[in-house]
Amino acid sequence: MNTARLVAGLKSPTVVVGGLMVGIWVVCALFAPWIAPYDPLQNKAPLQLPLSTGPDGSFYFLGTDLLGRDIFSRLVYGARTVVLWAGLATATAFVVGLAMGLAAGFYRGWVDRVLSFVANVILSFPVLVLYILVIVTFGASGINIVLAVTFASAPGIFRIVRALTIDIAAQDYVAAAIVQGESPLRIMAAEILPNAAGPLIVDACLRLGYTTITIGVLGFLGLGLPPPTPDWGGMVNDGRPMAIAFPHMVIFPCIAISMMTLGLSLLADGIREVGLSPVRSGGKEA
Amino acid sequence: MSRYLLVKLAEVLGAMLTVSFIVFLVLEANVEDVAVKVLGAYSAPDQRQAWLQENGYFDPFVLRYLRWLWNFVTLDWGSSTHYRVPILEILPQRLAATGILAGITLAIMVPVALILGVLAGMREGSAVDRGVSFFSVLTTSIPEFATAVFLSAIFVFWLRLLPGASTMLSGFSVTEMILPVSVLTLYSAGYLARITRASMVEAMRSPYVRTALMKGASTSRIVLRHALRNALIAPVTVVMLQIPWLLSGVIVVEVFFAYKGFGTLLYEAALNTDVYLIEACAMVSVVVVVATQLISDVLYRLLNPRIRFGDEPAGATT
Repeated sequence: MNTARLVAGLKSPTVVVGGLMVGIWVVCALFAPWIAPYDPLQNKAPLQLPLSTGPDGSFYFLGTDLLGRDIFSRLVYGARTVVLWAGLATATAFVVGLAMGLAAGFYRGWVDRVLSFVANVILSFPVLVLYILVIVTFGASGINIVLAVTFASAPGIFRIVRALTIDIAAQDYVAAAIVQGESPLRIMAAEILPNAAGPLIVDACLRLGYTTITIGVLGFLGLGLPPPTPDWGGMVNDGRPMAIAFPHMVIFPCIAISMMTLGLSLLADGIREVGLSPVRSGGKEA
Repeated sequence: MSRYLLVKLAEVLGAMLTVSFIVFLVLEANVEDVAVKVLGAYSAPDQRQAWLQENGYFDPFVLRYLRWLWNFVTLDWGSSTHYRVPILEILPQRLAATGILAGITLAIMVPVALILGVLAGMREGSAVDRGVSFFSVLTTSIPEFATAVFLSAIFVFWLRLLPGASTMLSGFSVTEMILPVSVLTLYSAGYLARITRASMVEAMRSPYVRTALMKGASTSRIVLRHALRNALIAPVTVVMLQIPWLLSGVIVVEVFFAYKGFGTLLYEAALNTDVYLIEACAMVSVVVVVATQLISDVLYRLLNPRIRFGDEPAGATT
């Protein structure tokens, strides 16, 4: 059954195209030192145009920025930043959201009411205002971005997990497990979670995209990872003052981030269509 | 209806109070920090102590919170430390500027998205459907600052048709509005079009549409008289829920185009750690979000006669 779905997935053009768009950057992140032609922090000839050769004979595929750093190398290393921090932040958000959602959906009652209220409170914050508040107060660092993303997206994951859990907990096999005297923890992990996996995988792809956008936006606003970390959003922010004269400094990072987020959306759509999951509307972060 | 509204209102007030407490906790729990932020990094320690004493910062935390909340409710919002003017002198005009931007965006985005969604959903799987679906995935996946960069590269750098900044320094300018509005429209239209399409597809599959089809009604009659009314319930409420989402987009777009609205105000307040201004902006945005959620919820129930007030909302909240 699972291999059949895998084959179906590989035949779907949406999955293949999306997977390629994301895959390229994952490969860049893994093998950055071998792919990037130069050190991303090294100051070479400033403001070289794409496809030009610098005074010292180095070739700049995508040109250099204001400080003479090779843009292509920075993009490749920037993929590391995105894959690492977006992956980590989404993973922690999922752990928190899963735990909350399983507990609320399985136990219902006051547990559900308290957790749902907490989720509603957090969701009544406009996300970006929340990020700005957290980052300004606690400073800009990778860990703080992870904390802010977890805080802001766990409630959305909670809602989906909760709804799925309520659905699945009403099934006969869960009732059977309860009668058998299995522990709640085991039921949640062994009975409920595997049956909710499909929609959750789709949601994970979408969330990974949102988180990538978030890290990009924070970088763009100058609230992201502190310089000189190569970071796509930060590169746009750095290049903005000179963008009218040298648009290559901002266009390429924007293409990189758009490729990544579009790839993740396509992947999510493709997986949904292939039927790894029953169709379920996840809802958008408010 | 009135009982439902009362419960909902209590819920909303509870959420807002909690949020206000979090905002206060995050920004004012550390008294020393507040003094540094308000008086500046070069103020003397005893000067800070005197200021804190004078302004009642050594009172118990809960008392300070209640006083702060009361001041907020009675519109006594203090002064901005960065702009050196009372907050109520700058915030309303910035909010109005953002209102204009968001208003124009909604006025263009909603009809475009509804028409695209209805056209796509009328014939599931048609070329139009696939085109609209691709368009909406494309526009919603690309971050708004990247859309802004792409549009600027084309229309400002390459074609030299539009101005690259929207400072509105010499009064309101239509050409300066085009790019910010386009970015926001592209960014938000895709999602609404998708919802409309899904809702339209569902309506077209329903028994009453099949009946109308078998009775020999024309396509236009089926769409306009039968399907559309039911298909538009979900999108109308989604529009309201999109306003908070739009607010996040607005901050980025305003910063990018240097548009003097609420978004840039919040952003500049954040960069300059202008505590009171951040607090005021955060509270205003929470009020806006919560109000639109409430309106959306009520609207959904008014439009959909199948749901009575007091029932669990089905799908309206997500």
